Amino acid sequence: MERKVVIPGEIIIEGDDYLPGDSTEKRDGKIFALKYGLAEEQNNLIKVIPLSGVYFPRRGNVVIGKVENINSAGWMVDIGAADSAFLSINEVPRFVNKDAMDEVFDIGDIIIAKIWVINKRGIDLSVKSRGFGKVEEGLVFEINPNKVPRVIGKEGSMIKLIKENTGSDITVGQNGAVLIKGPTIDDELFAKRAILHVCEKSFISGLTDEITKWFEENKK
Amino acid sequence: MAEFKVKSKIVSETNSKNLFQRPDGRGIKEMRETEAKVGVVPAADGSAMFRTGKTIAIAAVYGPKKMHPQHKQDPATGQIRCEYNMISFSVDERIRPGRNRRAMEISEITKWALEPSVMLDKYPSQVIDVHINIIQADAGTRCAGINAASLALAHAGVPMKDLVSSVSVGKLDKTLVVDLTKEEEDFEEGEGPTDIPISMTSSGKVTHMQLDGKIGVKQLQESVDLAKESCEEIYEIQKKALKDAVDMEAKK
Repeated sequence: MERKVVIPGEIIIEGDDYLPGDSTEKRDGKIFALKYGLAEEQNNLIKVIPLSGVYFPRRGNVVIGKVENINSAGWMVDIGAADSAFLSINEVPRFVNKDAMDEVFDIGDIIIAKIWVINKRGIDLSVKSRGFGKVEEGLVFEINPNKVPRVIGKEGSMIKLIKENTGSDITVGQNGAVLIKGPTIDDELFAKRAILHVCEKSFISGLTDEITKWFEENKK
Repeated sequence: MAEFKVKSKIVSETNSKNLFQRPDGRGIKEMRETEAKVGVVPAADGSAMFRTGKTIAIAAVYGPKKMHPQHKQDPATGQIRCEYNMISFSVDERIRPGRNRRAMEISEITKWALEPSVMLDKYPSQVIDVHINIIQADAGTRCAGINAASLALAHAGVPMKDLVSSVSVGKLDKTLVVDLTKEEEDFEEGEGPTDIPISMTSSGKVTHMQLDGKIGVKQLQESVDLAKESCEEIYEIQKKALKDAVDMEAKK
């Protein structure tokens, strides 16, 4: 089956050979789309890749968030999801003085963390890994969370391309927040422009070639 | 029958008894010129414009997000909050801006019309805000609002069973017509006007129906059938609006 745009309630395909995947539903042997997006088939599994919508957190996602509040058990972090996330002091790999928790993460600090658990009570984060923790410097901005897979590319090909061409270190959170650390501010802004360009052109097939061309045209 | 003179040309084609000339010369099953567009409000998570004739509605969707105030949260299911608003310059004589009894009723009606198709159970304790603004009104504003809101919800990536399309069917004296204008709504001959806004999904399930006036059971059934035909047309327009939005971006 070819990739196509579907709208909610549209029949993607008929027949019992196919299984309904993400954002689809099977009714009377027909597979219906539940979301507005691109329908795809992979090994008889039909799924819809949404084009828009707010960030839907999943376990294991790496996210970039902002510390909103501190209480005795940990930090509340805004990661752009409907529920705010909680980072417990037990999930911080260092000694935390309970009287001076703002020395570790203060309100307004940007942190990189991993979603550890999602349950009825909310989202729990963890920074127990290399590369996680407080963001000391760099440029943070937000993109549409649905475009994150495009920015990263197949096996990280796109992000690698942008890193090589701008000399910057880039972290893309699954929630759509992007952190760029570059040698100069100009490099960071250039990387930002490149990423925004990827988001804009995200429907084009052969996107990597398009971006390579863009770098050739725009590089000083 | 001062304004609604029988049009001889059409009479020969169809049953003469039931044919008026509508003020704008449309056929009884003919809708006004209709147009839809998504992504008109960049700041919103999803948005849409829906126009039929001179009626223009703009809908913007925010969320799903956490419900505030907290006491209104429902851990069993998500909720929709609708806000219908007519802008003060939308009608001939300026209306007082802000909420009034009519706007509150239509907000609630819009919510009821959309709720059956939106899969809210996936968003417990959360709310989806739908704001509808009527920037120009020429009757059928609640229908235009529902059409725009349904499009905006889809554009916001909210999971839905189906799109909702809405149209108003009217009875002018004894004739059923589709998509009334303000002029037709104020029609005073014979039995007077009856306005029946109907919303349904593309599979023909009615999600909302109102009735303002008098009508017999048989004609009511007829008007539902009429609405079904028109809703199918509107559905195609909505579908096209959503699909075009992607192709346009690809061409850029």
